[in-house]
Amino acid sequence: MAMQKFNLPDPGEGLTEADLVTWRVAVGDEVKVNDMVVEVETAKSLVELPIPFAGTVVELLASEGDTVEVGSPIIVIDTGGDAPADPDGGSAESGESGQTPSSEGGDESSGPNLVGYGAKAGSTKRRARRGGAKGAAQPGPAGDSPEAGAEPQAAPPTPSPDPERAPEQATGERARALAKPPVRKLAKDLGVDLASITPTGDGGVVTREDVQAAASASPADGGSSQDSQRTASRAGDAPEQTRVPIKGVRKRTAEAMVASAFTAPHVTEFITVDVTATMELVERLKGDKAFRDTKVTPLLVVAKALCLAIRRNPEVNASWDEDAQEIVYSRDVNLGIAAATPRGLVVPNIKAADAMSMRELADAMAELVATAREGKTTPADFAGGTVTITNVGVFGVDTGTPILNPGEAAILAFGAVRRQPWVVQRDGVESIEPRWVTQLALSFDHRLVDGELGSKVLADLAALLHDPGQALVWA
Amino acid sequence: MSDKDVAEDRAANADMRSAFDTSAAGPRPPSEITGHYSSDNPDMVQFVDADGNRLETTEANAPYAQIVEDMTSQDAREIYRDLVLVRRIDAEGHALQRQGELGLWPSLLGQEAAQVGAGRALKPQDYAFPGYREHGVAWCKGVPPENLLGMYRGVNHGGWNSNENNFHLYTIVIGNQMLHATGYAMGVQTDGDVATGDPERDTAVMAFTGDGGTAQGDYNEALVFASVAAAPVVFFVQNNQWAISEPNEKQFTIPPYQRSRGFGIPGVLVDGNDPLATYAVSVAALDRARSGQGPTLIEAYTYRMGAHTTSDDPTKYRSDAEVEIWREKDPIKRMRGFMEERGHAEPDFFDEIDAEADEIAARIRHACQTMPDPPQEAMFDHIYAEPHPVTERERAEFVEYQESFVQEGAH
Repeated sequence: MAMQKFNLPDPGEGLTEADLVTWRVAVGDEVKVNDMVVEVETAKSLVELPIPFAGTVVELLASEGDTVEVGSPIIVIDTGGDAPADPDGGSAESGESGQTPSSEGGDESSGPNLVGYGAKAGSTKRRARRGGAKGAAQPGPAGDSPEAGAEPQAAPPTPSPDPERAPEQATGERARALAKPPVRKLAKDLGVDLASITPTGDGGVVTREDVQAAASASPADGGSSQDSQRTASRAGDAPEQTRVPIKGVRKRTAEAMVASAFTAPHVTEFITVDVTATMELVERLKGDKAFRDTKVTPLLVVAKALCLAIRRNPEVNASWDEDAQEIVYSRDVNLGIAAATPRGLVVPNIKAADAMSMRELADAMAELVATAREGKTTPADFAGGTVTITNVGVFGVDTGTPILNPGEAAILAFGAVRRQPWVVQRDGVESIEPRWVTQLALSFDHRLVDGELGSKVLADLAALLHDPGQALVWA
Repeated sequence: MSDKDVAEDRAANADMRSAFDTSAAGPRPPSEITGHYSSDNPDMVQFVDADGNRLETTEANAPYAQIVEDMTSQDAREIYRDLVLVRRIDAEGHALQRQGELGLWPSLLGQEAAQVGAGRALKPQDYAFPGYREHGVAWCKGVPPENLLGMYRGVNHGGWNSNENNFHLYTIVIGNQMLHATGYAMGVQTDGDVATGDPERDTAVMAFTGDGGTAQGDYNEALVFASVAAAPVVFFVQNNQWAISEPNEKQFTIPPYQRSRGFGIPGVLVDGNDPLATYAVSVAALDRARSGQGPTLIEAYTYRMGAHTTSDDPTKYRSDAEVEIWREKDPIKRMRGFMEERGHAEPDFFDEIDAEADEIAARIRHACQTMPDPPQEAMFDHIYAEPHPVTERERAEFVEYQESFVQEGAH
């Protein structure tokens, strides 16, 4: 009696499994070589498989509907007698160089293989090098990092494991964790030591799911240093890095900032100014009937003052047209206000802000910010700005070096207004008093705004905020 | 316009305007292509019907009728034997792939007559340049089928010594071999092995490709060179109607046998499932090449009954009904019918051939399963025709590297 097992071959190229659709034979049936015994469906096609043996069907090892891995035995045939009709059959051993095929071949299961199943199970393992070879590390879980495969291993002291016993190795004294290359890479990326994982895949293979489970179970599994322990102890389930696609407002902001920063040569000037008079004005206006139901803020006064400063220095209200090789001077001051919104930073502008009364300007600013926060700002509101204010002071910050809104010649950063000691001269006597002090920073496009012009704008603005009455003088 | 006319046109350097006259054989809409090949196409060379009954003489088959009439019973029996054995070898290759013994197998099922007809017409000195499905031509040229299996098992690097049987290596790159064949044929001219009148010396070359190959640049370049050089080459296009999943309509709007005229090469349309017809047109074309009259293109209209290869599933792109139509035109059935009608063989003959087929199948099956893995350093053997120091150094390094491993069995 000679029993032959027929292993599921790869009927396509590079397939790893197939669904068993229909058995064409039953136990007890007689079969001839190449009789179609089973129909299987692979990722590519529905195919019939011919049996390589003649004899009697002894056992069907898989049921219809099963998904079978390539290389797994699916049917047992009793080929009868001492001399099987087809001794080597589908055995993986039949291709062995210089070896006569032996009848034990059919009893062995061969591993999945890209093409056919000519290779032995476990043959994808790296072979052991001779004793004298480089890299004499003893194989074993300890020295078995995912990268270990790059270094050939020395011969183990015991006879090399039978390549056919791969599944046993996996559960016992594993020589090297078994895993497919993409899974090895995943483990490497996640910092998971393959050798530390208990494999669940057939044949003791570590699966993608095993690696992912190990990675989520212990984020610090990949290392034993204090660093990784500390990292593990913090933030609970929070991942070390979160990746968010660059899109929407963030993407547009980035593009605008890059375009501006690398097109317009920026100069930023600073001035520190006593704005106590402005703060007193703000307090006064809050109680003024003219400003009922609206918000009076230091920013409002700064906005108005900037418009006046630009009126005195209209050349700053301009932009650079590279394509036309022209400098474009604008009649109106279209005042942009940088607004933080849930969707990110946006800079809508108030058209002809310089033609508005302070009350009108206050209403326009309130509306602009509200519209921006609701996400209802229209493209027209973004277009045509000539100058921008960014109110970094609301964050308690003193100043910054703002980057121009593309196409504009100047941008003002308005810092926090603080009580600070200030040298005050009264009736020829100097004294140090607590005053409201702030810093203003003006960045300008140095292609069309020289230092003199930029300085005059900033100084005029500071003068107005120091003494709002100056407006009467200039108006 | 017949092929003879085309040849005369060439010889007489006729008015080129006639070559561009599309009224006779102009492009047809794709939907008419299939109809164009119907059996009542007057261009189609056929000698037997679906049952093997000898057909009447037509304008198309008349130039070749004498070749068929001259065939002896022995010739007929040899062709029949080839058809049956080639089909059996092919079936075994397919089964071995399905049993995991081969990585791939491209079946020739249905194309036996096209290949055996062409292969039988080749003389020993003639050189064949196959694609990868020409198992029938390989058989006729004397290449042991085991070699084909070895290649698809991946235990040799191409399969055979091309010069042993004047059968070039299988070429997987579609249509590439058309250029090789044309170049070889031009070399034959340079050697003076054309039109000497010595039947043992005059040499022809035959290049095989499919309908898909006709859409390749290499194919068209080869036709240009062959035409200009009047090279002794016969282009044998097996139009099996499917370039993997692409039908003829996606390959051309004018059939290859007509398009060849544009290259100045006579084109012949032959029923690829009629072994007498494929043999006769091949004999004529090869004689023409050997005698220095230049290239011919033969379009053998046939059908690939199986999948493109074992990795393909044709049910996804064509209907079973179409396959059934072609089952009726089976070449072996037609050849047997013809032989029985003409009394070319006794009934025992057919049984003997079937038994021989089973023996060969068992022989090559066993050979395939017991093929030794090649020494790995053999990969360096045929990189250069002559010893090469770089290759030798690489081989030595490779051997040293392999020997640094602990042996686990042979490999």
